[in-house]
Amino acid sequence: MRKKFFRPLAAALVLPAALLTACGGESGDTAEAGAAGNTIKVGVLHSLSGTMSISEVTVKNSELLAIEEINAKGGVLGKKLEPVVEDGASDWPTFAQKAQKLIKKDKVATVFGGWTSASRKAMLPVFERNKALLWYPVQYEGLESSPYIFYTGATTNQQIVPGLDYLKEKGKKKIYLVGSDYVFPRTANKIIKAYAKANGMQILGEEYTPLGHTEYSTLVNKISDAKPDAVFNTLNGDSNVAFFKQLKSAGFDAAKLPVMSVSIAEEEVKGIGVPNIEGQLVAWNYYQTTSGATNDAFVKAFQAKHKGAVTSDPMEAGYNAVHLWAAAAEKAGSVEVEAVKKAAAGISLDLPEGKVTIDGPTQHVYKTARIGVIGKDGLIKEVWSSKEPIKPDPYLKSYPWASGLS
Amino acid sequence: MSDRLRGYTLFASISLLILVVAPLALPAFRLDELAKYLCFAIAALGIGLAWGQGGMLTLGQGVFFGLGGYAMGMYLKLHDAGGDLPDFMVWSGVEKLPALWGPFGNPVVAIGAVIVVPVAIATLLGVLVFRQRVRGAYFAILTQALAAAFVILLVGQQGLTGGTNGLTNFYDVFGRDPEAESTQRGLYFVTAIVLGVLYLGARQLVKSRFGRLLVAVRDGEDRVRFLGYNPATVKTITFAVSAGMAGIAGALFVPVVGIISPSLLGVVPSLELVVAVAVGGRYALAGAILGAVAMNYAKTAFSEEWAGGWLYLQGALFILVMTLAPRGAVGVYQQARDALARRRGDRPPPEPEPAPAVKTPKEVPA
Repeated sequence: MRKKFFRPLAAALVLPAALLTACGGESGDTAEAGAAGNTIKVGVLHSLSGTMSISEVTVKNSELLAIEEINAKGGVLGKKLEPVVEDGASDWPTFAQKAQKLIKKDKVATVFGGWTSASRKAMLPVFERNKALLWYPVQYEGLESSPYIFYTGATTNQQIVPGLDYLKEKGKKKIYLVGSDYVFPRTANKIIKAYAKANGMQILGEEYTPLGHTEYSTLVNKISDAKPDAVFNTLNGDSNVAFFKQLKSAGFDAAKLPVMSVSIAEEEVKGIGVPNIEGQLVAWNYYQTTSGATNDAFVKAFQAKHKGAVTSDPMEAGYNAVHLWAAAAEKAGSVEVEAVKKAAAGISLDLPEGKVTIDGPTQHVYKTARIGVIGKDGLIKEVWSSKEPIKPDPYLKSYPWASGLS
Repeated sequence: MSDRLRGYTLFASISLLILVVAPLALPAFRLDELAKYLCFAIAALGIGLAWGQGGMLTLGQGVFFGLGGYAMGMYLKLHDAGGDLPDFMVWSGVEKLPALWGPFGNPVVAIGAVIVVPVAIATLLGVLVFRQRVRGAYFAILTQALAAAFVILLVGQQGLTGGTNGLTNFYDVFGRDPEAESTQRGLYFVTAIVLGVLYLGARQLVKSRFGRLLVAVRDGEDRVRFLGYNPATVKTITFAVSAGMAGIAGALFVPVVGIISPSLLGVVPSLELVVAVAVGGRYALAGAILGAVAMNYAKTAFSEEWAGGWLYLQGALFILVMTLAPRGAVGVYQQARDALARRRGDRPPPEPEPAPAVKTPKEVPA
């Protein structure tokens, strides 16, 4: 009788103990702070698995390169940077949770991360509520300016508007819009339509396909019937492979129907296949071929670590983010968030794309717009650039035609 | 008698662990993560009921999870907007609040919808499908297709649903700041208590005559029909209950994690839930809960330790458990206990708990 009674009791005591050792090991490190000790912890949060990993891993690598460079020169405020890498797993809620972990458990001084707008939107409340800092390195749809995010990629007036200006300059009046079905393409197209209306351009069609969609013959037929002068392409990821292949096999090459893309960089060109996309247009702020000693050094350093790799705009923006943050922290004399934010305004560095200056009020950066043509070697050659870095204007306030957008 | 006692002691000690020890031992943000696991555990409990007890392999539980989550998310979004349009509608070019959103401004309607909508849809589906005697792989494929279609629908209607972004950026969860520690602790307790209550309810259901009928339907649907019962009704009710649980899980997930998006309810997350139930042991309700907590904990721990390759570890864990212990973790525990009892020979092996159908006859020594 006794035995029977004690056995469950023993189990009842052992189980909680076992579970506690399994998940209770955390409580000790709450006291640890990001800047304590001899290192400063910084978070690197990108998708290392899932659909987005192909793009985001490259940005992670360039950010780690920048951290290494800074450490080689003695670190920030005399302390080495210690990257804490987390996987966002191409899943937006995971981004939010990992951001929390980096802020609350690792107590990082700042986080570099994100690619998709969805991941940024998911992380935004976490950074705002915890008053922590995120550096977001990818061109995006604008209409946002969080006090706890620095945007080192282009906003719309530094990429899409120049892209449209270029098409207009070339006399392309009838435009067809093709995009993946999510926030960036839809918002971008809203802006493009407003621009077209004000500039005497005509939008012949606007089509969206789900992310990962690969069947484009219907869409190519529609484009063929509409007879546009040019296509403005906001497709993302794998879809571009299928779209350009099917466009090419329907007889549309760059000479017959120019396509202006805003999500295709050097890395993506490799996947699409150069013959399918040769001669087509892209709009960015940086190419591997951008001239300047700083870029030569960046490309060389990156290729020394990753053989045969290319460098692209988001990678460069991620690399810039790390250097800009480090400069701001040095200027502030602290890695404390509010101090860094204050110090960041007006910081200007010579980076691979040229001179990059942080605009204090919007926390975006001044960027030179560049239109490029995809060459035979898969690299992109610049054919047009804005004379100087363009002031970021995420809400397009300085453009009268955009008054109804936000 | 001893079995019952064991069950009670175990339940009491796990309750103690979850309600007292974990909140004291874990920092707020880890507790928040545990709350997330418990949300998944609620959905897994529903799968344990439908699949483990009822034999309905449902690969689309994400749909019901999502319905609950979006109902809650819509309320929170409208509450935050305070009469204006929710932020994502503004940048999606929507000018007037869609009619579908109207009723969700009321918290009572929204919370009601968390349960009613999944249950209603599952009932409708069940009536259509089970009466046609669709079962096994066909039912599994159908639910999976439902999950895939649901995601496409949500992504395509950006102005209505937030598209791929989903609903996020909540400032105010029933009058509290969702990022505040006290809110996170409060939400944890709510989630834990809901899980406990649903577990006891599900256990009661399984032990009742209805539960025995359900197991009978699983093991021999035709025989049950010949005995004069209608298996379609039994299955529909169970499926609806499991959908309701998934809906509740989704609704709790939204304030706990702060986002609901299509990536949480597609085919992959739905499968992950089923995998978790299989790992924990699908024939016991406790196994479903254990599996969901363990698999999600493993996901967090592996990805923190080895950000570059944690998916391999997660996969290996699943393969390992399934090859070595096809009945899951709870199955291993039961086998070990029986083996121990046999070796001692001092008493007959005790009844398995909590599910009566855990053991195949050959394991019971004559």
